Amino acid sequence: PALGLFLFTIARDPLRIIILIAGAFFWLVSLLLSSLIWFIAVKASDPRDEPLQKGLLIFGVMFSVLLQEAFRFLYYKLLRKAIEGLVALSEDGCSPISIQQMAYVAGVGFGLMSGAFSMINLLADALGPGTVGIHGDSQLYFLTSAFMTMVLIFLHTFWGILFFHGCEHRRWWEIMAVVVMHLTVSGSTFCNPLYVGSLVPSYLLMAAAAAWAYLLSGGSAQNLRRFLLCK
Amino acid sequence: GGCRAPLPAWWGLLRGLLLAVLAAVSCQGNSVERKIYIPLNKTAPCVRLLNATHQIGCQSSISGDTGVIHVVEKEEDLNWVLADGPHPPYMILLDGNLFNRRVMLQLKGTSRVSGLAVAIAKPSPPQGFSPGLKCPNDGFGVYSKDYGPQFAHCNKTVWNPVGSGLSYEDFDFPIFLLEDANETQVIKQCYQDHNVPRDGSGPEYPLCAMQLFSHMHAVTSTVTCMRRSSLQSTFSINPEVVCDPLLDYNVWSTLQPINSSGKVDPEKEVIIVATRIDSHSFFWNIAPGAESAVSSFVTHLAAAEALHKVSDVHLLQRNIMFTFFQGETFDYIGSSRMVYDMEKDKFPLRLDNIHSFVELNQVALRNDSILWMHTDPVSRMNESVEVQVRNLLHILSNSSMGASVTLQEAGYSQPLPPSSFQRFLRVRHIPGVVLTDHKTAFQNRYYQSMYDTPENIRMQYPEGLSPEETLEYVTDTAKSLAEVATVVARALYRLAGGANNTSAIQADPKTVSRMLYGFLIKMNNSWFQSIIKPDIKGILGDVPQHYVAVSSPVNTTYLVQYVLANLTGTVVNLTKEECLNPEKTPSSEKEMYEYAWVQGSLDPNSTSRVPYCVRSTVHLSKALSPAFELRQWGSTEYSTWTESRWKEIRARIFLVASKELEIITLVVGIAILIFSLLATYFINAKADVLFSIPRDPGAVAY
Repeated sequence: PALGLFLFTIARDPLRIIILIAGAFFWLVSLLLSSLIWFIAVKASDPRDEPLQKGLLIFGVMFSVLLQEAFRFLYYKLLRKAIEGLVALSEDGCSPISIQQMAYVAGVGFGLMSGAFSMINLLADALGPGTVGIHGDSQLYFLTSAFMTMVLIFLHTFWGILFFHGCEHRRWWEIMAVVVMHLTVSGSTFCNPLYVGSLVPSYLLMAAAAAWAYLLSGGSAQNLRRFLLCK
Repeated sequence: GGCRAPLPAWWGLLRGLLLAVLAAVSCQGNSVERKIYIPLNKTAPCVRLLNATHQIGCQSSISGDTGVIHVVEKEEDLNWVLADGPHPPYMILLDGNLFNRRVMLQLKGTSRVSGLAVAIAKPSPPQGFSPGLKCPNDGFGVYSKDYGPQFAHCNKTVWNPVGSGLSYEDFDFPIFLLEDANETQVIKQCYQDHNVPRDGSGPEYPLCAMQLFSHMHAVTSTVTCMRRSSLQSTFSINPEVVCDPLLDYNVWSTLQPINSSGKVDPEKEVIIVATRIDSHSFFWNIAPGAESAVSSFVTHLAAAEALHKVSDVHLLQRNIMFTFFQGETFDYIGSSRMVYDMEKDKFPLRLDNIHSFVELNQVALRNDSILWMHTDPVSRMNESVEVQVRNLLHILSNSSMGASVTLQEAGYSQPLPPSSFQRFLRVRHIPGVVLTDHKTAFQNRYYQSMYDTPENIRMQYPEGLSPEETLEYVTDTAKSLAEVATVVARALYRLAGGANNTSAIQADPKTVSRMLYGFLIKMNNSWFQSIIKPDIKGILGDVPQHYVAVSSPVNTTYLVQYVLANLTGTVVNLTKEECLNPEKTPSSEKEMYEYAWVQGSLDPNSTSRVPYCVRSTVHLSKALSPAFELRQWGSTEYSTWTESRWKEIRARIFLVASKELEIITLVVGIAILIFSLLATYFINAKADVLFSIPRDPGAVAY
């Protein structure tokens, strides 16, 4: 799906590509910082203390989520400044790209980078002859990881739209809702290997976020019906 | 949150710093990989060795061989692998007691086997196990169709009847030895959990599998691989050598010092005492060689020590050379090289100087304390040689009076057992004798195998001793070897022309037991540490193995050299500078002696050592087969053994999924891809329908 989104909606416009790459980079920096904090915490603590390590991991994940959202906010600020620059540069006093489009592209950028990080090392190990399971893990590890990654990419896209809309119209509860949703999804992965505990809530949240983003972007139920019937 | 200015300039620097920090700290190993694979660390591979005409050993594919694990503990289990099992190819975990020629040839002939892991049998198989040949080093000794044809090819006496010749077979699948019983248990547990057939039908996926990597670069024979290596070395900028000749160093030392860079006077006669110091087994670098090598060279070292303590050594009419040949297992590499050097005048001694030859071969398993004296019946047909051999045997028998060792002759009808003496006989009829504990076939039922361990020579220590106490404890084996050493030392004294009473010549059982401990159980002990050079103390590993490898000198050679220097040399009062550069000191007589700066023993209360200088007559001489010097790689006269090179050798176990699951995953992925492409295209095309407000986001371009 990410490939499809990229090909059809972003690849044509160089400005969108730039925003996409920059968004991906911002997510990457946020991950780097949060992993540095987690790494220091792990090294400073006793590696044999299992509950402590698990607690540190949970703390690391939550901290990472907060940092990612903070970077999303930073990116929003940057893009706001960029729009002023683009308006100054353009011939007709209008920016060639609106903040909503930027929001969508930024979300896809975050999602792509997050998906890449989730999947690349799994794919590298999946190339070998073995599969997960000798220590008792589930065999469906690769499949569920792939589905989880897909839902996260979608979620990042929709959160981008919601977040920027909230910042734009000063609706702090929208921003809080995005942060809470992100925390929920990340926290649900701790239910693994009980995959139903993490995949099902994530997909439900994705549906909710999709609907909300659609409504905010100017869609409505009639439009949806017309689209489906006109097919 | 507050408004922030665009990123300040120092942010880039901080990012670079973060990346550097993260890159510098070590990675703990990918956790997904740890979920999938369990590496097997304590394994030994079987590698490929080549000689002039054949290749022996094992080979795996370049990206490893994978197979479903099957545990074979009795013969019936083999049928599953060979015929019944539904998921070939199989990777067999073989019990050590089934590792014999019959089973291996069955596995060799089938394509349903992709590899083998052998679990070492504890205790050793009671019927004996020897992967060596029935007639070791046949064709490279002295007996051939031109010399003693009735003795050639073991026609008269089969020396190693237990020998199955497994080491000399060529397998096209990898074979590994599992040394650690815990790892074997992990594999068996995985097999029990996943691979055992239930209710008569086949086991279901996921199945436990193993992958072995041991790809060897050399093929066909030494001729081919050396030709390819020399082409590479000559013409390529980055040469890829595919094989290396087996080489190392012989250790030799003389009782009276001789000029090692000059030539010895032809009038001066020398008695050569020889033993081999290497062994082999089916697997690479596993060669405990307790009875086949260690027992003989430890006895030899003890005899050398006893002789050096005699007071009138410098008055003896003949000199004695203590020689330790390396590489004898592989068609007499060390001794053939020394004979060649002597013929070509590259060695201080010439063949004319040799008065007689005494060899010690496998002396630990004596029955009723009888030590057998073997001679060559063909050369004894010459009258002058016969007289000298008679004299030699007579002196040896006399020296055993009063000792608890009985010396008996093996007789005219017996040829010589495989020994370094045979190489000397090929060029000159020297009178000589080979001392062994067997009259006809070997007493050693584990000749050149991984079971030739201290238990094989009945070395037993009481429970609960610390390593230091174990080092000093004198076992019965040590005492019996010391008796042999005493007899040999007394006989050599007499042979060299000594006239005094020999009852004072005694080998020290304490030294023998320390050497046995060091060479068989733990190389890294306090005595060995105190007698080696300071900068090579890293070489003392855990379990001693005596394989002549391709990088030289190996641990065994180093240690024999330094032990001999310690036992036969003298401590001299030189500083470190003088000791390391003896040519600068006027009175050092550098050609006669070798000087070594050894690190000394640990002070009891401190952590520092007191090093000192040892002067001895111990020298190393290169033990590379003359075939490689002469570049005659297809030679049938000299040993042509080489070892293949390889890149990585490792083993791991994991689960494999069924083909169905893999196909399903792929199909689902492709389906989602196509569906999402289509959906995105249609949403993009009909975006104006979906999003009615002009100022719209998402998928529309203005």
